[in-house]
Amino acid sequence: MSSSKRSANHMERTVSQSTELLQELVSHLRQNRTQLREEWANRITEAQLLTAMTTEEIFTEATSVYDNYVETLATGTFEALQSYSRNLSERIIPRGVETHEVVGIVLLLRDVLARSLFAKYQGDFTMLNRILDAYEPAANRIANTVAVGFVQERERVIRQQQEAIRELSTPVLQVRERLLILPIIGVIDPQRARQLTEQLLRGIRTNRAKVVVIDITGVAAMDATVANHLVQTVEASRLLGATVIVTGLSPEIAQTIVTIGVDLGKMNTVGDLQGGIEQAERLLGYKVVPVADTAQS
Amino acid sequence: MEVPILKQGRFLIATIQAALSDEDLLQLRRALIDKVIHFRSHGVIVDVTALDVMDSFATRTLRDITNVIRLRGADTVIVGIQPEVAFAMVQLGLTMEGVATALDLEEGLAHLQQRAARNT
Repeated sequence: MSSSKRSANHMERTVSQSTELLQELVSHLRQNRTQLREEWANRITEAQLLTAMTTEEIFTEATSVYDNYVETLATGTFEALQSYSRNLSERIIPRGVETHEVVGIVLLLRDVLARSLFAKYQGDFTMLNRILDAYEPAANRIANTVAVGFVQERERVIRQQQEAIRELSTPVLQVRERLLILPIIGVIDPQRARQLTEQLLRGIRTNRAKVVVIDITGVAAMDATVANHLVQTVEASRLLGATVIVTGLSPEIAQTIVTIGVDLGKMNTVGDLQGGIEQAERLLGYKVVPVADTAQS
Repeated sequence: MEVPILKQGRFLIATIQAALSDEDLLQLRRALIDKVIHFRSHGVIVDVTALDVMDSFATRTLRDITNVIRLRGADTVIVGIQPEVAFAMVQLGLTMEGVATALDLEEGLAHLQQRAARNT
């Protein structure tokens, strides 16, 4: 028998042995389900994890986690666990459960089960070793899967919220036929500047705008990059045939811009939003007259 | 592919239908100048609505067309630049300074009529 064949045979044997061991393990865990589950739930309460949930909720959740845990050990496939942990995260994240709590409870379960294995095989040290060899990698992978699932779900929620904030923070509003205003509030980073420009250009297209007033009263700080983004937005709007008026430059920002030396010559600037809208109305040929004056004339 | 140039009163309208090669652009330039002279037009509209890319050569040619036609005393308006195209152009630094732009054909005609009214 060649050496490679021998090692392949050996591998096969160890794989089948470890599956056998896992099956034995699983049946042990199934037999002692009630007791182990209860111990685990108690440990969770003791460690003051999942404080956002009631004891009953913890117990129900613990039961389903336990069953999924054992099921994953039995089948050796992680897909079901992945979708379960996503599902679980979706439910518990809004409750304010933290990452360390989720990782904590899964590690606790791992420890509780490991202890019960110790207790069962304490007479047979070789057997205990082999059982642990089979159990530990699988248990670690389960802990990993649940933690990763939780973190991914969290990140998804964060991304969704960021998206929502971005959408909210750049409204393109029509104040008059062919006149749009774009109030910018907060920090402009390259990504937001890009999105802002895209939204504005689309707004110009759909509203057939001729004049756009960009109000930056709500922008706290401006540097060279942001100023250049602003210039790009103005130029892109011009290519679509719209005139841009920038309003609300605070004294500090005005000084910064002059110091940096950004060329704002192409930009039309007016002190405040009111002045900007008035100038835009002039450009569009509107004239706003108080009712009393029109009645007299 | 040749760009059709239509006469509409005192104005000429060139509608670009598909992406143009550099040769086509030069051909458009020659044809437009010839027609401006022939019809004694007051204004030219170049409609680029169908273009989804504008490179530096196209931009420069359009600017050249504007400048040459201005020497004949007529105005040129580029109309229908798509939002995405405008954004890409600005990022590449192609801002077409000194060239009039308008949202679409209708706006372009209104712009030319305004200019003509001012000149008369």
